[in-house]
Amino acid sequence: MNNGRFGEFGGQYIPETLMNEIHNLEQAYEFYKNDPTFNAQMDQLLREYAGRPSLLYRAEKLTKMWGGARIYLKREDLNHTGSHKINNVLGQALLAKRMGKTRIIAETGAGQHGVAAATAAALLDLECEIFMGREDTRRQALNVYRMELLGAKVNAVTSGTETLKDAVNETMREWVSRAADTHYVLGSVMGPHPFPTMVRDFQAVISREARTQILALEGKLPTAVMACVGGGSNAMGMFYHFIPDQNVRLIGCEAAGRGIHTPQNAATIANGEIGVFHGMKSYFCQDSEGQIAPVYSISAGLDYPGIGPEHAHLYKTGRAQYVPVTDDEAVAAFELLARTEGIICAVESAHAVAYAQKIVPGMSGDDSVILCLSGRGDKDVAAIARYRGVDIHE
Amino acid sequence: MSKIANAFKNGKAFIGFVTGGDPSLTKTEEFVLKMAQSGADLIEIGVPFSDPIAEGPVIQRANLRALAAGTTMNKIFETVAKIREKTEVPLVLLTYLNPVFHYGYADFFERCQQVGVDGVIIPDLPYEERAEVKSRSGEVDIISLIAPTSDARIAQIAQNASGFLYIVSSLGVTGVRSEIKTDIKELFAAVRRETGLPAAVGFGIHTPEQAGEIARIADGVIVGSAIVKLIEEYGETAGPHIEEYVREMKAAIG
Ligand SMILES: Cc1ncc(COP(=O)(O)O)c(C=O)c1O
Repeated sequence: MNNGRFGEFGGQYIPETLMNEIHNLEQAYEFYKNDPTFNAQMDQLLREYAGRPSLLYRAEKLTKMWGGARIYLKREDLNHTGSHKINNVLGQALLAKRMGKTRIIAETGAGQHGVAAATAAALLDLECEIFMGREDTRRQALNVYRMELLGAKVNAVTSGTETLKDAVNETMREWVSRAADTHYVLGSVMGPHPFPTMVRDFQAVISREARTQILALEGKLPTAVMACVGGGSNAMGMFYHFIPDQNVRLIGCEAAGRGIHTPQNAATIANGEIGVFHGMKSYFCQDSEGQIAPVYSISAGLDYPGIGPEHAHLYKTGRAQYVPVTDDEAVAAFELLARTEGIICAVESAHAVAYAQKIVPGMSGDDSVILCLSGRGDKDVAAIARYRGVDIHE
Repeated sequence: MSKIANAFKNGKAFIGFVTGGDPSLTKTEEFVLKMAQSGADLIEIGVPFSDPIAEGPVIQRANLRALAAGTTMNKIFETVAKIREKTEVPLVLLTYLNPVFHYGYADFFERCQQVGVDGVIIPDLPYEERAEVKSRSGEVDIISLIAPTSDARIAQIAQNASGFLYIVSSLGVTGVRSEIKTDIKELFAAVRRETGLPAAVGFGIHTPEQAGEIARIADGVIVGSAIVKLIEEYGETAGPHIEEYVREMKAAIG
């Protein structure tokens, strides 16, 4: 065990009340990750329920339009429930069952992780409660109803800024109150150890598949792999098996909202400083007093003031690069992908598409690039219409 | 010997909590002095934080009020310095780790010692992560917490504690509770087997009856949300209400 550290980042900065529980989780994970029965069950769920492996799709039209590297899309949007979140949730729900838990709780921003958690709970007969900022329950009313259809109880969080960070706060508070029968299914590669490692391991299936797929299609490794970064789980999943391949560039795309020089952004690496919050040492958007800053992005899934500790380490050591992408750029890329390839992707994922558009035209025909399409965009259609001033009725 | 030990010299200790800067730092100074005069043996001042994950709704709201009033770490230090001109009551800051990390550990503890802060409680700093802070804390006691779930961890925490031990009465966050379900007697005994340091119980205590019961077992009682509630209700004019409440509680544990 690495004690949950990635260089100086990570750790377990949580209240004493949770320490034994987090150690139990650590031990259970260390055991079951090497347990053949557990892994066989996990593989079966990923194949037969989530629909893995996900396609590595060669985007011919985009490639032609941009005239540089060949573009491949890793289609996490085609997974059951419509995003990469299901990979992590199935793993943690199975683990929770093994630990004898009967109930799971989870935070959610856009609702994708909440829907995935509610789905796993329905399938595996676990009670499920979701915490979601009140502001987000309004922005994503459809996902609230979806979670309720799946049998989950959704709590609107009214503390703080009423968005994702407050949903995490409230889920932590709930877990401190009731851990004996309850597992907290954290939705990204963040929080106290073992979450950043465990969630990364469950998401690493993305790059395990993609590396094999690209070698089969291209006969060589890609020039770059790219993904959007909220907490950083689809990006860690996309990066992980390429980390030892020193020539493969790893690029994480952060939400710059209305711009990194405005107060309305969520670009943690561009604007954040090192701090300790939500159980981990990492980079956070914060003010001169160490108060966590309110953040903003059009994408509720990227609207988070921190980044997972392994990303902090990849950034600090120079192995990965993190770039800001604005709302405007992401929305334009969302529309572009829909028209050229016939794929409506999540507005989160559109941040990676937007940055690819900046660098791919400068690459050569020998290069190839993989973009992680972390989710599908049905959930975002209404928001994009609003952004464009179009009045639609559901 | 730490000054915190003085808090436990005159029988059972009453420990009161206010959020610094709620509704203003001038008022914090007044409230702290009033508590000291009314018999509080140790006083905790909360440093407001944007995301107090160990706090229930009452103290969360106090944090927001204090931040909206422009409270900063330096202003809290200035307030402590003023309080120190008038009383010797042991003072402890309760703060989340990030504001301390951001201030710089060495600078933070140097300021604590300059102005007369005797100890610091950091709810999101468990035993395993203490080293980075402890190596810079100098004479300032880092107060350790023991929870109803601590079990086998009690020995290492208690044996390495300083100042006093903060026994968390219940699972969950701060806030008044009608009933405390934990077997405090057993938890206190487990702590006592490992250390001779004083141990006080907090989280949920608000009535004199509860305080009296806890004081029969432990070395002190810690009351936060009940006092903060008075400030929420009476604002600027909470002083006399706090005075009366602290007197009553101190009498109940006497
Ligand atoms: C489709 C999609 N992509 C990305 C994210 C961001 O999370 P992460 O950075 O953990 O992948 C979310 C979060 O809600 C999401 O729904």
